[in-house]
Amino acid sequence: MADDRDMEQALTQPLPADWRDLLALTKPRVMSLVIFTGLCGLLAAPGQINPVLGFTAILCIAMGAGGAAALNQWWEADIDAGMKRTAGRPLPQGRLDRTTARDFAGVLCAASVFLMGLAIGWLAAGILAISIVYYAVVYTIWLKPRTPQNIVIGGGAGAFPPLIGWVAVTGDITLMPVLLFTIIFIWTPPHFWALSLFVKSDYAKVGIPMLPVVAGERVTRHQILIYSLVLLPISVLPWWIGGAGAIYGVSATVLSLLFLALALRVGLRQRQTDDDAMKPEKQLFAYSVLYLFALFAALVADHYLMLQVA
Amino acid sequence: MNQPPRTPEQIRRSRNRVLGLALAGFVILVFFVSIARIKAGIG
Repeated sequence: MADDRDMEQALTQPLPADWRDLLALTKPRVMSLVIFTGLCGLLAAPGQINPVLGFTAILCIAMGAGGAAALNQWWEADIDAGMKRTAGRPLPQGRLDRTTARDFAGVLCAASVFLMGLAIGWLAAGILAISIVYYAVVYTIWLKPRTPQNIVIGGGAGAFPPLIGWVAVTGDITLMPVLLFTIIFIWTPPHFWALSLFVKSDYAKVGIPMLPVVAGERVTRHQILIYSLVLLPISVLPWWIGGAGAIYGVSATVLSLLFLALALRVGLRQRQTDDDAMKPEKQLFAYSVLYLFALFAALVADHYLMLQVA
Repeated sequence: MNQPPRTPEQIRRSRNRVLGLALAGFVILVFFVSIARIKAGIG
C-alpha cells in the first residue's frame, strides 16, 4: 500500500534535474571551442603563468561560458521548443524547471568571475564579466530577437576567450590579443550564417530575424563572401605585425584561402530546389569550426617553435 | 541493453553527488590557488 502511494507520488511529481541536464545547459560542444581558444591565448602570450593559475583561468573561462550558455537557454526555452535543432534540450523537454536553470546559471557566472578575480586579477575577471553580459544580455535578450545583424555584433561574445587567456598571463591588453579577438569576431558571421542557411525554416518558424529569413538567401550568401574576404588579411595580421612567426603566417594564409574557396562556392550559388541538400553550406560550416581550431593551434605551435629557436 | 528507469530519489542522489564533488573541487582549487599566488609572489 505504502509502495503504491510512493509510486503514485513519484508519477505525479516532476522528476528532479539530472546532472547531465545541468551539463547540457552549458552547451559543452560550444564550450570546447571556447576552452581551446582561451587556452591558445594563454599559451601564445609572452611570459609565464603558474600552472595552477593557468588551469584556474581556463576553468573560469569555461564556467563563465557555460553560465552564459545556461542563461541563454533559460531565456530562450520557449523559442528552443519551436525549433527542431534545439527542441531536445532539457528545458523544452521539461526535464528541468526554469528556476533551477536560472539559479544554476547565476551561480556558475558569479563563481567564474569571483574565482578569476581572486586567482588571476580583476582585469581578466572584468573582461570575463563583460563577455557574460555581452552574450546573455546584449546578444540573447537585446539583439537576437530584434535585428538580422545580431550575429555580427553579438558574435563578439565568443571572441573574448583568447583575449582573457592572454590577459591572464600578461596582465594588460595589447594589440595581439585584440587581433585574436578580431579574428573570431570576423569569423563568426560566415560561420553562423552558413548554419542559418540550412536551418532557415527553423528560425523563420519561431520569428528570429536571422539574415536569411529577413534579407533573403542571396544577401546572406554575399555577406558570407564579404566577411570571408575580410577574414583573410585579418588572420594574417599577427604575422605582419611581428606578433607571430612564419609557421603561423603560412598556416593562416592557407587556411583562410581554403575558407575563402568554400565561401565562394556558397556565395556564388543559388538554392536549386526546396529540398536542396545544401552540401556546400554544410561543408563551409564544418570547415569553419576546423579552421578556428587549426588557426589557433598554429599560433601556439609557432610560439613554442620560435621560443626553441631563440 | 535497456536499463530500468531511475526513480526520482536515485536521480536526485546522483545529481547531488556530482554537485557535491564539483563544490569540493572548487574549494580545493581555491586552496591551491592561494598557494600558487604565494609561490608566484602575487600575494
